[in-house]
Parts: sequence; structure tokens; C-alpha cells
Amino acid sequence: MDGIHDMGGMHGFGKVEPERNEPVFHAAWEARCLALNRVLQAIGAWNMDEGRAGIEELPPDVYLTSSYYGKWALRLQNLVVKFGLAGADEIAAGHALRTDKPLTSKFGVAQLPATLTRGAFGRPAQAAARFKIGDRVRAKNIHPPTHTRLPRYARGHVGVIEAIRGCHVFPDSSALRAGENPQWLYTVLFEGRELWGENTDPMLTVSIEAFEPHLEAA
Amino acid sequence: MTRDHDHDDGSEHGSELSEMQLRVRALETVLAEKGYIDPAALDVMIEAYETKIGPHNGARVVAKAWADPAFKQALIADATKAVQSLGLIDRVGDHLIAVENTPNLHNMIVCTLCSCYPWEVLGLPPVWYKSAPYRSRAVNDPRGVLADFGLKLAADTQIRVWDSTAETRFIVLPMRPAGTEGWSEEKLAALVTRNCMVGTGLPRGPKDIV
Repeated sequence: MDGIHDMGGMHGFGKVEPERNEPVFHAAWEARCLALNRVLQAIGAWNMDEGRAGIEELPPDVYLTSSYYGKWALRLQNLVVKFGLAGADEIAAGHALRTDKPLTSKFGVAQLPATLTRGAFGRPAQAAARFKIGDRVRAKNIHPPTHTRLPRYARGHVGVIEAIRGCHVFPDSSALRAGENPQWLYTVLFEGRELWGENTDPMLTVSIEAFEPHLEAA
Repeated sequence: MTRDHDHDDGSEHGSELSEMQLRVRALETVLAEKGYIDPAALDVMIEAYETKIGPHNGARVVAKAWADPAFKQALIADATKAVQSLGLIDRVGDHLIAVENTPNLHNMIVCTLCSCYPWEVLGLPPVWYKSAPYRSRAVNDPRGVLADFGLKLAADTQIRVWDSTAETRFIVLPMRPAGTEGWSEEKLAALVTRNCMVGTGLPRGPKDIV
């Protein structure tokens, strides 16, 4: 979706302000919030792409004015209700009011190791890769209203296939529970001037990781 | 216990804090009562993020690459496999990619769409990495971003920005500082900052540590 989350190249957000000696978490609730989100994904309440979509679907004003883990908390609450794990009335009450339970899995200490590692998203190829290293490709000019990993700033622009990263779960499908639909993944390199115009620093190049359905020969 | 309503202190941050504390506590309680989660498992997970997982792991990887040319070659060829071989981390995620800085090329990592970051080698991302200023400007004004970090590169240095738009993850292999010939890996690791592995900084020099 063409949402506020797709920030690459936007103006007006000001300076980057690094914090000296930043702690891992700024408050205890941030840590609980992170862990809860990870755990619910680990027990299959929703997949990673549905989780990302859950952040992207927050209203733009909420997205911009909430802290990072504040967005995670809102996403958690929204998806818990959306996927029927608990009712809004239960969250408001702060206690379970019913014993209904759509998922049978429970997350305990034994399941921890799996969640501390990034998931594996490589999959066997369904077909030969359409592009090879050095091919010129155009990022498609598409505007799906649902989750996609093709950033707006690359759409319509021509780059070069720099690397082939294997076949991966296709987030655009996975986010809709339409299956993993594995697709070839490429590193596509763009000249800065191709993306941002001729006044751009000539020494700048930018790459995206692009799925094959988002590319066409150029 | 935190007060339920903390709206009188005039602080936006303070009111988010108490509101979020209550919201997250309610969610955890409901999910635990329904039997989805064991809060004790959350404790262990959080402790791992606070202690086991962090940029100290990445620093060891970089130091090893500086000291051991065969390891560096393996790291560039397949960072997942190479980092796994060090045994620092239980299991390194797939598709970890190390990108090497040279005198003519400076690499920078961003996730413009969310907050993708190589957790296993760098830990959880800092707030600035997840912020709108960094995510918006890294791809069209990386020199300006570097200036925010107090870093000025020569105008003829090529800047390469890697946008983490899939499940590949990147770590920058910075250049080894001059004057560190013969140093042990342990001593070298003390020069490696988190930011130099994201590309928003350079390693410390020998004079920066005593």
C-alpha cells in the first residue's frame, strides 16, 4: 500500500538524532511488547508479513506520532482482535472473559530458541530465474492497496541486476494468507540520478532487494 | 504500580508511557489467561535481547575479518555460514550479507519500509535507525545523514546504500584502522562500533581507546 511507512526519499522529517548510550529498551513495557509480538508470530497467530501489514495499516497520524514500540502495541492489539485470539472487551477489561481459544499452541520457554533466530524464508525454486546478473530491469509502476515490499521511490526506474539471492517467500502473497508463492529475489542497483534526478550526487547508488514479479526487462 | 491516569503532567511522552504500560499489561494478562503464552518465557527472551544479542557479536565478526584473510573471504562469500562458524550465536539467520568498505566505497544500510536489521550480529536497532529522518533521507541524502553523525567523507567517495526490502540482511565490514598492525582480535573488536557496521560511522582509531 502507498502508506506513510514507505518513507524513502520523503522530505521534511528533519535531522537524524542519535541518542548517546542508548539503552536496549527505554521502558519495561517496550520489552514486554516486543516479546509478545515475537511470541504471537512464533505460535502462528499471524505471519511476519501480516504483522508488517498490521503496522502499515495504522492511520498515518497515529503512525507518525506513536513511538516505535507504541506502534507495535497498537498492532498487537489490533491483530489479537482481528484474528480472534481475544475480544476488544477482554483487552479493555484486562482479563479473559471467555475460554474460547482458536490456537492450540502455547508458547513456553521450550519454544524460545526458534524465536531468537530470524526465520528462514528461502524456498525451492518453482521455475528458472527470469533475469541474470547484469540485466537491465525496470521496477514496475504498481500501486497495490495491500502489503508490498517494492518501495515507491524505485517504481518506474531502471536498474541493473547485481545479485540473485535465491527464491523467497513472496510477502505480497503471504500478507494476504494467499500462500508463500515463492519468487526469485534480486539485488537491483540504481544510480542515484536515475532515482532522484540529475542534480543528485553522482557518487550515490542505491540498491533494493526486489522480487521477480516486481521487475520487468528494460 | 503506575497511576491509571497520568495526563496532568503535561508530558506527551509521559502520557504515552502510562497508557502503553497499561495497554501492554492488559494484552499480556489476557493472552496468558487464555493460555497462549507463559510470561516466564517472555522474561527469558527479553534477557537474551538485553545481554546475549548485541553489537558485541558483530564486533567480533569484523575483528576476525580484519585479522584473518581467509575468514574475511568466507564472510564476503557467505556471511551466514562464516558467522555461524564462529560459534558466537546459536543460529545465524539465513541470507546475512557482509558488504565491504574500501578507500573508494562507503556502504550504508537502511530499511525505508520498516526496521529490518541484522539482529543476530547487531542486536535490536537503535531508535534513530527506525526513525522517519533516517529512513526517509538515507536513500536520497546519505551525505547529509552522515553529517548528522559528524561524519564527512571525501566528495569522490562512492556511497552505496542498501535498502533492506526483503529477508536478506546486511552488515558493513568497515576498513581496518591504520596503526593496528599486529593487534589481537580482542583488541581490534574494541574499535568496532555499532554505527560503523551500519555505515553511519567509522571504527574508532588506536588513539580513541586506551
